Amino acid sequence: MPDFAGFFLTYQSLLAFIGLNGLLALSVYCTLCCGQLSLANAGFMAIGAYTGALLTQNAHAPFPVALLAGAVLPAVIAVPLGLPVLRLRGVFLAIATIGFGEVVRLAFVNWSYTNGALGLVAIPQKTRLWMIWVALAAVMFALARLRGSRAGYALEAIREDEAAARTMGIASTHYKLSMFVLGAAIAGFAGALEAHLTYMVAPNGYGFSRAVEMLVYAVVGGDAVFHGPVAGAAFLTVLPEALRGAGRALGLSPGPLRLFLNGAILLAVILFLPNGIVSLPRTLRERRMRKASRAALG
Amino acid sequence: MLLSVEGLERSFGGVRALDGAAVEVSAGEVHGLIGPNGAGKTTLLNVISGLFRPTRGRIVLGGERIDGLPPHRIAALGITRTYQNIRLFPGLSALENVMVGAHLVRRGDTLRRMLFLRSARDDEARAREAALQLLGRVGLGDRAHHRVSGLSYGDQRRVEIARALASSPRLVLLDEPTAGMNAAEVQAVAAVIREVAKQGQSVVLVEHNVQLVMQVCDRITVLNFGKVIAHGEPQHVASQAEVIAAYLGSDA
Amino acid sequence: MWQQAINGVFLGAIYALFAVGYALVFGVLDILNLAHQAVFTLSAFVALAFVAEGNMPLAIALPVSLLAAGLIGIGLERVAFRPLRGRSDSNISGLISSLAAATILEAIALQIWGPDVQRFPQGTFPDKPLHVLGATVSALQLTIISVSVVLMAALTAVLRATRLGRQIRAVAESPRAARILGVDVDRVIAWSFFLSSALGGAAGVLFGVAFNSVSPDMGRSVELKGLAVIILGGMGSIAGAVIAGFALGLLEVLTVVQLGSSWRDAVSFGVLFLVLLVRPSGLLGKAAIREA
Repeated sequence: MPDFAGFFLTYQSLLAFIGLNGLLALSVYCTLCCGQLSLANAGFMAIGAYTGALLTQNAHAPFPVALLAGAVLPAVIAVPLGLPVLRLRGVFLAIATIGFGEVVRLAFVNWSYTNGALGLVAIPQKTRLWMIWVALAAVMFALARLRGSRAGYALEAIREDEAAARTMGIASTHYKLSMFVLGAAIAGFAGALEAHLTYMVAPNGYGFSRAVEMLVYAVVGGDAVFHGPVAGAAFLTVLPEALRGAGRALGLSPGPLRLFLNGAILLAVILFLPNGIVSLPRTLRERRMRKASRAALG
Repeated sequence: MLLSVEGLERSFGGVRALDGAAVEVSAGEVHGLIGPNGAGKTTLLNVISGLFRPTRGRIVLGGERIDGLPPHRIAALGITRTYQNIRLFPGLSALENVMVGAHLVRRGDTLRRMLFLRSARDDEARAREAALQLLGRVGLGDRAHHRVSGLSYGDQRRVEIARALASSPRLVLLDEPTAGMNAAEVQAVAAVIREVAKQGQSVVLVEHNVQLVMQVCDRITVLNFGKVIAHGEPQHVASQAEVIAAYLGSDA
Repeated sequence: MWQQAINGVFLGAIYALFAVGYALVFGVLDILNLAHQAVFTLSAFVALAFVAEGNMPLAIALPVSLLAAGLIGIGLERVAFRPLRGRSDSNISGLISSLAAATILEAIALQIWGPDVQRFPQGTFPDKPLHVLGATVSALQLTIISVSVVLMAALTAVLRATRLGRQIRAVAESPRAARILGVDVDRVIAWSFFLSSALGGAAGVLFGVAFNSVSPDMGRSVELKGLAVIILGGMGSIAGAVIAGFALGLLEVLTVVQLGSSWRDAVSFGVLFLVLLVRPSGLLGKAAIREA
């Protein structure tokens, strides 16, 4: 008798993680869409996760409050972090955010109140699948409406040529900071959601490789449009699962395999399909048109 | 006097790009800025628009000092520009580029869009219409939706001009706007410049096309080695010995 | 006191050697090579493999690993950086591309050697303690310091006194001008990556030997120190990287002595953020801080 219950359970869990990874990818998209590379969001996610977990566990706060705090605290921290660095060249932000991620991780590792490296367990499992997907839908909606607004045009301009955008009156630092803070809030919110799904949080789950993973989702999906990151998250969440059997047959361990896939796909995308997999139909169409016009010219 | 630039100095590495440059532009004036390559014309525009700070000197716009202000503040005070090596936003269409140019005259509408308020839709429609009109004025109405990376250089320069005009600036800085254009296109640009000036806006025109400069400018300043070597009305300047010498010694 | 100074110089020598690689590539290409730490790690593993399985003495394994690291660097440049040259977003895409390459290299290391810490076999290096000016220094520490200094001096010599070095400096100043002057910019960039990665690889081997610990995530811990060093020293400046590297090593050792070892990493972060707040161009930085 096929295990339908087991299948649905796995299927549900996969959907939950696609949703969460989609949110995380969108948090990275927030900074990418104005041309900034930030690796801080794993750190913000950790802050949100711990905040939410501590509130429900220790303060017995209602779940919505814990979630809200999980979004607000990272956003507040993002301001003093972003302000000094966002007026500098992009590479400084990348470096500062790498540093920030490590600071957060080490802070939690060394904090006895949160059990250091062991982290918190037995967090009440309050997250439901619908909550994740409603949150994802809300964020996608907001980002969709942002695109095409005055601010949306400004962000695209900053991404393409920040100096030229400034000479058009666009206060680029203000916009970059706003998106940085928004990304922090989304990542923190997702962290709080995840904590109440997997019922545990530990510092090493929010390290540099997590930050890179979120970046990979966003870039692979396509960081020029808001639906790209979600597509990337879905693709890259499902792929390692799908290839797990093949990997084992080839003698590859699942951890390195997933890492390798992330890296290789990211490299391929950034080199050959810089606008991500969602731009694939358009790129193929353009290539076909170019071939056709070349043939027509004989 | 709309714009007054005095004693501007700016070096790069060991090179004195600006060495006491000065310019005065009135409202509604078309002011030419000429000189051999490397004379400091683009650097002067860069400093006026805020991309670089001068090490010495003053820039006064409508009574306010603007040297040292960041570029977006200077733009908000009414100075926009085009670029010698064309800095359009490559991933956007001509229309979208011009709409970005209108940033300063549009209202923030993110929240209203999220609530699907009618006023947001109307604002955007109005901005689109205005951008289309501007593109029409520079002769590109039929190519508004093309991606700018697919347009010819001449067309791209015209999009840049439309973009610079989109916020109804007091002063537009044009950096070699007709490079690579044919005679008809040059005349089209000349017509736009004249229109703009008639509406009371000022233009600073950096150009190597001396004929165009003579035709369209009310006054000219000649730069060489970062210094002003002549200024005044076109006919007067053209006859001055230093100007001729500077040009004969260059590859203009 | 002397003891701490020696320890600081010892640590700083490795940091400096590692950071110089970042500075060299950034100076030439204006891109931060985030795969540098992966080359650091792989090189240590290669040396370990040669010593443990190939029975090669460390004195030979080191230059061999250096060479291997340099070749990986050339491959890195070819695959992850060259195709992006000329793209308008080459700064951010270069960062992402190097991150991708780092991830791939890490995955390879993880697959081949597993996640656990590995150690060099017994007797790989001499461990005679020496007494200098009242402090105890091990022959190992002295060797590592000397090797680091020699390599950094060698790089400086190459940059100052050879034709390649002049060409590298020319390209770092302005690739366009260099090309006009007839410099083969592609070749120069490839050489820069070779030198940068060879030094980074050397730092990896020395680090692995110094702490007798090689693991796939060792590059991660040093990466941040390296970034703090080049921020302090000034992003494209090799001299800055050297000075700041030693400074950071000394600072770290002093902090551990005063405040305890859990504060060791706080130093690099502190330095990093402080410099970014107060003087982002660092000590000897030439890179423009803000475009507009």
